[in-house]
Amino acid sequence: MKEAGSVFQPRFVIVLIVLVTLILLLPAVGLTFGDPSISSTDQYYIDHSQTETGANNVVAAIVFDYRGFDTLGEATVLFIAVLGVAMVFRRLHK
Amino acid sequence: MTIGLIGRSAGRLLVPFIFIFGFYIVVHGHLTPGGGFQGGAVIATGVALILVCYYYRECMERFIPVKSFKLVESAGLMLFICTALAGLVAASGFLFNWLNASGGLFGHAVAYGINPGDLYTAGIIPVLNFAIGIEVFGALSAVLMFMFAGLKEPTQEEDDAESSVRNIDTDKKGGRK
Repeated sequence: MKEAGSVFQPRFVIVLIVLVTLILLLPAVGLTFGDPSISSTDQYYIDHSQTETGANNVVAAIVFDYRGFDTLGEATVLFIAVLGVAMVFRRLHK
Repeated sequence: MTIGLIGRSAGRLLVPFIFIFGFYIVVHGHLTPGGGFQGGAVIATGVALILVCYYYRECMERFIPVKSFKLVESAGLMLFICTALAGLVAASGFLFNWLNASGGLFGHAVAYGINPGDLYTAGIIPVLNFAIGIEVFGALSAVLMFMFAGLKEPTQEEDDAESSVRNIDTDKKGGRK
């Protein structure tokens, strides 16, 4: 089973995982977190949501107007979850 | 008997207020914190309390068959999709806020800045809130009913018979049932 020089040796796998993690973490070195110029949409929502959508609640304006398609997907996910529960518990129910 | 008479009566007393509170959260979703998801979950909590307070067979036969919950849930999703499609027909795109500032239903002029809020503003957002509210209410209640069907619960007759037997056993004078 375990031959010397096989690529599936545990030591080789560990070295590979460490190398890939280091390569994936490389771009994070130059990243600056909390830079306000990167996230300019939040100030836009605070300034414009009341005039554009008419809702006093900014969260409702984002959830149901700016990101309404996302809410439609969430409702569909809930519907499918209930369908799955109904399928599992169908035999118990009468 | 798992739940005594006091628990059942208190739950029955509390259920209408829970329904009213949940409906308030759903309707004022565009003005105050909350919305369709949260209000629907609160109303489903009331349904869970009904399931605890009454007997399961009584619930199924008398007022809340599980089929009506599935109907309510489907109606909520259909209302959401139809409102979104009406934006495609009446205005430029899918989910467009075509009722906002139109002067009609939910189309009052909006006051900018800090204001107490008007219920008839925000266009389709209250409609979508209501749709999501009844959808979440129907979905969580249907899940509760489906899972409750698996429980082995005594009927009311068995409970009455058991408690009367226990009364005779403990009460030496007898007589009282």
